[in-house]
Amino acid sequence: MSRIEKRFAECKAAGRPALVTYVMAGDPDLATSQAIMEALPQAGSDIIEFGMPFSDPMADGVAIQLGGQRALAAGMTLRGVLGMVEDFRRKDETTPIVLMGYYNPIYSFGVDRFLAAAKEAGVDGLIIVDLPPEEDAELCIPALRAGINFIRLTTPTTDDRRLPAVLKNTSGFVYYVSMTGITGAAIKSRAAVGEAVARIKSHTDLPVAVGFGIKTAEDAAEIGRHSDGIVVGTVLVEAVAGSLVDGKASDRTVAAVRDLVASLAGGVKRARG
Amino acid sequence: MTSTGINSLRNGPDEEGRFGLYGGRFVAETLMPLILDLEAHYRAAKVDPAYLDEIKTLATHYTGRPSPLYFAERLTNHLGGAKVWLKREELNHTGSHKINNCLGQILLAKRMGKTRIIAETGAGQHGVATATVCAKFDLPCTIFMGATDVERQKPNVLRMKMLGAEVRPVTAGAGTLKDAMNEALRDWVTNVDTTYYLIGTAAGPHPYPEMVRDFQSVIGTELKQQFQEAEGKLPEAVVACVGGGSNAIGTFHAFLDDPEVKLYGAEAGGHGIDTENGHAASMTGGRPGVLHGNRTYLLQDSDGQILEGHSISAGLDYPGVGPEHAFLHDSKRVTYAPITDKEALDAFQLLTRTEGIIPALESAHGLAQVMKIAPAMGKDTSIVLCLSGRGDKDVESVGNYLGLL
Ligand SMILES: Cc1ncc(COP(=O)(O)O)c(C=O)c1O
Repeated sequence: MSRIEKRFAECKAAGRPALVTYVMAGDPDLATSQAIMEALPQAGSDIIEFGMPFSDPMADGVAIQLGGQRALAAGMTLRGVLGMVEDFRRKDETTPIVLMGYYNPIYSFGVDRFLAAAKEAGVDGLIIVDLPPEEDAELCIPALRAGINFIRLTTPTTDDRRLPAVLKNTSGFVYYVSMTGITGAAIKSRAAVGEAVARIKSHTDLPVAVGFGIKTAEDAAEIGRHSDGIVVGTVLVEAVAGSLVDGKASDRTVAAVRDLVASLAGGVKRARG
Repeated sequence: MTSTGINSLRNGPDEEGRFGLYGGRFVAETLMPLILDLEAHYRAAKVDPAYLDEIKTLATHYTGRPSPLYFAERLTNHLGGAKVWLKREELNHTGSHKINNCLGQILLAKRMGKTRIIAETGAGQHGVATATVCAKFDLPCTIFMGATDVERQKPNVLRMKMLGAEVRPVTAGAGTLKDAMNEALRDWVTNVDTTYYLIGTAAGPHPYPEMVRDFQSVIGTELKQQFQEAEGKLPEAVVACVGGGSNAIGTFHAFLDDPEVKLYGAEAGGHGIDTENGHAASMTGGRPGVLHGNRTYLLQDSDGQILEGHSISAGLDYPGVGPEHAFLHDSKRVTYAPITDKEALDAFQLLTRTEGIIPALESAHGLAQVMKIAPAMGKDTSIVLCLSGRGDKDVESVGNYLGLL
């Protein structure tokens, strides 16, 4: 059983959805980002989504764009992201880590070389925004062969006809994007999210996590009612931004993220209550 | 379009939207169903005589096609070598080749039932052409334009606004074309149900590079025939400037299978190819990567982060290039060469003074390439330059550079 499968099974047994937290690797600097990452499991995060910064994040709103810019300005690279995962794994063998980002830095690194290094570092899964199933030969299939889950985004525009193709090589879990939009926007209809999750579940046995637009413990509880996991990102990156003094980490930075995650963890615990 | 056998260079793209290694559909899942739908609509439209007739009629009576092929005699005498001819796309309605593509796509958007148009623009020529067809076809439109470009191409910003478009300045990054394209893609993902993204160059995810090339191929098709009528042969060389590559691929496509015709693409060499991040010559100075929906040559750092690049010309100030050019670069069918800001400014002035034609700074890059090769060619040979646009939009910036203001 992979770390991801194991973690979803544990959450299911505990009668709650998994809390998946997204933070940007290297934001606002390497040491602080490492400390944030290490604080996440303790605060109640079940799965860590670790953003690989990219100069041109076409599917991200302003908050995550700025987070990526801070990370790049502080010198983060793809090699650096893998180094952070490696350090994390020395202390934590169980929390699944999913790298999320865009294809070009990986393509530039070299697909095979990247997959070997990611596996070695202890990466469990990949979410690559600009690789739809039509481009599976690029990274998805090689990743599966390397024993790394390739987690696919499904969206409100992925209809029943297209779903099987999208789910075909997906593994680990399915990430349902709650809206047509970029990260950081607001969910329009919670009821529609429930229906969409049910529709996806009729096509697959994989866990379905919902992301985009979840900001509060209340959102977490409500959306978590209908799903196997919820993903929170923008508000955590905003918490980092809000804690900075003169653009630099302050003594509140790690705590700001930790407190917010703890509150969201309370939300997922109430989801089935 | 028409393939001419298995070894033809005109067969691309394949089913997956690839030109060899390049092209493809590297987009978020949200956009994928729409892109497939667009392709299906385009396949149907392409063989629908009513659609093709409408494009033809508009090209004749609205754009003013065919654009003239003009023998530039004083310029030729000045350079002292090959005869120089200008394919006068700058005389088109709206002042550049961009209208050719906009008319084709707006009719497609109509067929698809879309009710809102978005576009990115650099020099503002594509923005103006988009705002123009949106006025004509009564569709609301939003144009994304880098804040730096809003500043250096003011006349076009005003034109877009007068035509009824909303112009959204983009401050991210260096505030140039790449950033405008990112923002347009974000808008598209958000409003995918209602909105048609009218991409202005032969780049982006499949089927855009193919579609835009098809709409622009009228340039090369006309010019081949016009030149044949004038000189009874094919020209020895054809030159075009390359931003995303739409005027260039439109000019070159008809000649790809005529190996006796040398093809030259002028890239933006900015401050010089050796200046790091100081140019926008993606084929001379970049390497393959994935951005904005396609794999192509990109300016990027060792970590795969995209560089901003630089060019005096807003329309060429883009770190990538259309995938078909990447393919033609690898196959060596087309020679891509960098032209510096300074060389482009010199060419701008030369054409203005010898022929009384003020070129767009983009097109001036093409002319600078002509200036490099014409003198060494025999007087009985000919070079045709695609004069992609007029320089009205640039007079203020050039005046500033030259200290005339
Ligand atoms: C007059 C003119 N020529 C060329 C270009 C570059 O675009 P492309 O390479 O797609 O022809 C532009 C773009 O703004 C332009 O305005």
